[in-house]
Amino acid sequence: MKRVLEGSHAVAEAVRLAKVQVISAYPITPQTHIVEILSDYCSTGKLKAKFLRVESEHSALAALIGAQSSGVRTFTATSSQGLALMHELLHWSSGARLPIVMAEVNRALGPGWNIWMDQTDSLAQRDTGWIQFYCEDSQEVLDTTLQAYRLAEEVNLPVMVVLDAFFLSHTYEPVDIPDEKDVDRFLPPFAPKFQLDTANPCSFGQLVTPAFYMEMRHDIDRAMDLALVRFGEIEEEYARIFKRRYGAVEAIQCSDADIILLTSGTVTSTCRLVLKALRDRGEKVGILKVKLFRPTPAEQIRGALKSAKKVAVVDRNCSFGAGGIFAQEVRAALCNLPGHPLVYGYIAGIGGRDVTPELLEEIYWKTKNSEVPEKESVWMGLQEVAHGTQRS
Amino acid sequence: MELNALDQEFMHSGHVGCPGCGAAIAMRFFLKALGDKTIMVLPACCWSVIAGPYPQSTLKIPLIHSAFETGGAVASGVRAALDMKGDRETTVVTWAGDGGTFDIGFQALSGAVERNEDFIYVCYDNEAYMNTGIQRSSSTPYGAWTTTTPGTDWKKLRKKNIVEALVAHRIPYAATANIAFPEDLVRKAQKAKSIKGSRFIHVYASCPTGWRIPSEMSIKIARMAVQTNIFPLYEVEDGLRYTINYKPKEYLVREYFRLQGRFRHLTDKDLDQIQEMVNEDWELLLRKAGEHA
Ligand SMILES: Cc1ncc(C[n+]2csc(CCOP(=O)(O)OP(=O)(O)O)c2C)c(N)n1
Ligand code: SF4
Ligand SMILES: [Mg+2]
Repeated sequence: MKRVLEGSHAVAEAVRLAKVQVISAYPITPQTHIVEILSDYCSTGKLKAKFLRVESEHSALAALIGAQSSGVRTFTATSSQGLALMHELLHWSSGARLPIVMAEVNRALGPGWNIWMDQTDSLAQRDTGWIQFYCEDSQEVLDTTLQAYRLAEEVNLPVMVVLDAFFLSHTYEPVDIPDEKDVDRFLPPFAPKFQLDTANPCSFGQLVTPAFYMEMRHDIDRAMDLALVRFGEIEEEYARIFKRRYGAVEAIQCSDADIILLTSGTVTSTCRLVLKALRDRGEKVGILKVKLFRPTPAEQIRGALKSAKKVAVVDRNCSFGAGGIFAQEVRAALCNLPGHPLVYGYIAGIGGRDVTPELLEEIYWKTKNSEVPEKESVWMGLQEVAHGTQRS
Repeated sequence: MELNALDQEFMHSGHVGCPGCGAAIAMRFFLKALGDKTIMVLPACCWSVIAGPYPQSTLKIPLIHSAFETGGAVASGVRAALDMKGDRETTVVTWAGDGGTFDIGFQALSGAVERNEDFIYVCYDNEAYMNTGIQRSSSTPYGAWTTTTPGTDWKKLRKKNIVEALVAHRIPYAATANIAFPEDLVRKAQKAKSIKGSRFIHVYASCPTGWRIPSEMSIKIARMAVQTNIFPLYEVEDGLRYTINYKPKEYLVREYFRLQGRFRHLTDKDLDQIQEMVNEDWELLLRKAGEHA
């Protein structure tokens, strides 16, 4: 059944269909619509879940750590400062091997206060052991959230489904809502191997000496490798039932492209238009959309980029002093590939600034016309600012 | 099967605590009172170590270790999951130190009890951060040496009154208990178990290592804390009804302080001042209990 839904509501529909049992969240713009509608679902009985209205994001995730360890399916949603506050427990959730699923609405971090689109919040959590998906539209958000539960529960790792602030969280689009029976077929009830149980008392998360800790961490890394494989299989199965597939990466006209624009999130949609316009003018350009950020689909990235001459990475984020984060990852994935393409990093659309078709074209031409990259990442679309004095 | 006979042990013999550790004694009595239908949440504290390293466990009940400041929140989640599974029988207990309760975990605790989450929160109080090597907490009493209040910088601030802070949340049950009064402790644990909603028990748990006392003095000092009115035994129902459980014969605080290395530097004048503070707190409690002359 198709309905016109806000991106936030696409998340909520997936949570309802996944029959989540415990939700715990704390409000932050632009995540609020997700928790508002879920509160409504819980109070009207549309979703039979317990909603914990905790006093902080830190407690939201802590509560889910308790709930998930007790053997139920859980959900939270946050953004920006909220995610930063959760940081300690992000590590804890993956270390405890808990398949918690979170919707993360990409928003800028303060100061200054800025509630708009920026990827730095979630990318800064890249080493926390969470699987991360970056979505392009509301349909993908819904589908990915359902897949996230399957994947999380198969590999025992938490998953973050990331959606762009406002461009996706607050935009209405037609979304096909899967049939509940089909979802039940795809996503069976959560059946953990271990849980807190008085009939089988176990100790969770206790003191671990150097004699064991390293193996436990190695297991997490192996689970990430497994997630890469399992995600492909889960997508196959999802496609068989629901006729939709996205891929860990999507290569669009990459096979004959000299220059490939690498994107993530909603910018990809804008880029699809630019691609068409450039192709119409005879430019050999392609797009590589990276949806799965952790685990890194390095093999697939190399496969898509290997025959190109140049890659232009569009980063809506910045690791200060090291440039765009997707660009760093792509460089790392390519560096051992003989004759690999040059990587041009671009930082654009920070803190909610538009990434327009014109800007993407400018990125394309700049890449084409520079023999080698100017620096790690070039900031695009900056206004002229006279430093130290007032702007004229 | 409900096992609540007091001769049942839910702690294995052998743990990694120091000899004479009050926190270990407190746990043993509590579990006897609570029985095996108990799930415990354990934020970082000395007990994270006392419970033993992987793959061993000192406790015979399911135990989830958690981040330092999450005692209130993790327990809320465990309770929510049990409710969703239709399990109303199991008691959820958070077991935290004074640092995890008075300081870093206070927000999550306040949040949980404001929501009247159905669980028991036990704070075993050894009056400092012992796990990390005897640093001051807001539970460290006036006059105490710790490694972060060394020399002449001994703590010159009052101990936070945590029970009154919890009482202010109007929770169904709040009480103090002490390892030297096991019958009272067990009765309170069992009473707490029979009540629904948020319950808080503040347990005095001496720490030979951190207090600079011989291990065999653990119980004696704990008893003196009650007898001197430094740590009165009382309970408060619904944030309103106070009951004082033990009326001491007004021993002077001096001997209690003189027995402990952490107070060695205090002068007679300091002790006189402390005596006044203790008298004042006791008067206040009597007034709240409606027992003031
Ligand atoms: C966020 C965070 N900060 C600091 C620590 C280090 N830490 C672990 S236990 C502890 C002190 C615990 O004190 P308390 O709660 O009084 O328990 P005790 O060790 O005295 O039994 C500290 C500071 C930590 N685990 N997490
Ligand atoms: S330091 Fe104190 S509280 Fe910690 S184990 Fe030793 S005696 Fe017990
Ligand atoms: Mg302590």
